[in-house]
Amino acid sequence: MTASTLERARAAAGSVVDPELPMLTLVDLGVLRAVEVAADGTVEVAITPTYSGCPAMAAMRDDLVRELRGAGFERVRVRVALDPAWTTDWITPRGRAALAAAGISPPGPAPRSAGPVALTLLPARRSVRCPRCDSADVALTSEFGSTACKALYRCLACLEPFDHVKEI
Amino acid sequence: MQAQDDHESVYAGLLVNDDHWAFGTDFEDPLAGVDTTVPAGVDPAVLARYCLALGDDALVFSHRLSQWCSNAPDLEEDIALANTALDLLGQARLLLARAAAADPALVPALPEGSPVPPEDALAFFRDDRDFANVRLAEVPNGDFAEVVVRLLLFSTWRLALFEQLAGSRDAVLAAVAAKGRKELAYHREYAARWFLTLAQGTDESRRRLLAALDGLWPLWPELFSTHPVEAAAAEAGVGVDPAAVAGAVDAVVEQVFTASGVTRPERGALAGVRGRFGRDGAHTEALSRMLAEMQVVARAHPKGLW
Repeated sequence: MTASTLERARAAAGSVVDPELPMLTLVDLGVLRAVEVAADGTVEVAITPTYSGCPAMAAMRDDLVRELRGAGFERVRVRVALDPAWTTDWITPRGRAALAAAGISPPGPAPRSAGPVALTLLPARRSVRCPRCDSADVALTSEFGSTACKALYRCLACLEPFDHVKEI
Repeated sequence: MQAQDDHESVYAGLLVNDDHWAFGTDFEDPLAGVDTTVPAGVDPAVLARYCLALGDDALVFSHRLSQWCSNAPDLEEDIALANTALDLLGQARLLLARAAAADPALVPALPEGSPVPPEDALAFFRDDRDFANVRLAEVPNGDFAEVVVRLLLFSTWRLALFEQLAGSRDAVLAAVAAKGRKELAYHREYAARWFLTLAQGTDESRRRLLAALDGLWPLWPELFSTHPVEAAAAEAGVGVDPAAVAGAVDAVVEQVFTASGVTRPERGALAGVRGRFGRDGAHTEALSRMLAEMQVVARAHPKGLW
């Protein structure tokens, strides 16, 4: 195996996009955790689910296998990396810019995960701006949106609804 | 037709995994490549039964929540409940897969050549008496107030368990819990805010909320009674004794009740059957009816082929 083989594998795996957020590659999303090439040429790729029930995992796996086969790698193994759990903090700066450009508000910093989670009875306070008109005058419609990873907001200035990738 | 670029054809890739699979969406192992070695000194049967109980709680309540799909008061709540059901289904899948990996003897035998993965075999090919979920998860759906109260009670309890489980000696269970707690925190906040809204909304919304709370309260003590499997799992450092989180759970529930101006119902616990409860496989009639509907297609096609 040469360094360029690994580079080719990384490039192929890195070109796969998220099936539900196609403006993001799996690298942008922070879901692609590792790409390795074994001595026998087998490519092993590790991906981590965004949410426990993320229905996109199978599509991601299939897309990774297809891209890598297309790049000439016959043997491809996709494994699941459960630990550490995915966090929106892993979405890259490029990914955040791509989300905003597609009209989806990128997540803020994820909540601290150590210790018991305190219950707040008021709507989550985030500094969210409308991805269309950049107004800060926005209102949360629902913490649950079109996919498990998004909340639904509306802009009170331009009146458009928009998705916000919620912090986990 | 020649597809020039996979991403340009809406049909490309559709048949990658198609083997005329009769149910489920794919074959992928949710624990593919994950080290499922049982930690030293832990009885695999205990770990498996413990994971099965937590998985059954999630599977059964997920199914109840999914029955809300298209029936919620408005689209936002419909989406929220469906998302919550999906999170719990994901947790169930991981936990049942973990149970099967720890103790394959738990998995029902299927005909030779069946492609049904172990977690699906556990979900679709066990009878009600083999389900270990608490009865709170299985009772039939009521009105929107009922699902709000049930989700508050269920998610507050499960979040407290998962916070402790994130330190489990079993690395797989710890990872599932560390992930699940983030999801459960959203479920609990959703339910708690709706609880407050309904309590302080109209006379009708408050009346319905209190009726739902009163109806579900007898199922609450069961969540904190320690089953021998839970005691053994806690003893081995892989599980959590639910009695140990009772105080933390109670504090959160009290916070919601106080903010909502609701006093806790004075109702005793729902009796078991000769001292046996949901964890022992003693369920209400509602579970068998629910499973009949949930399992019928899978059982008609145990080989997974149309």
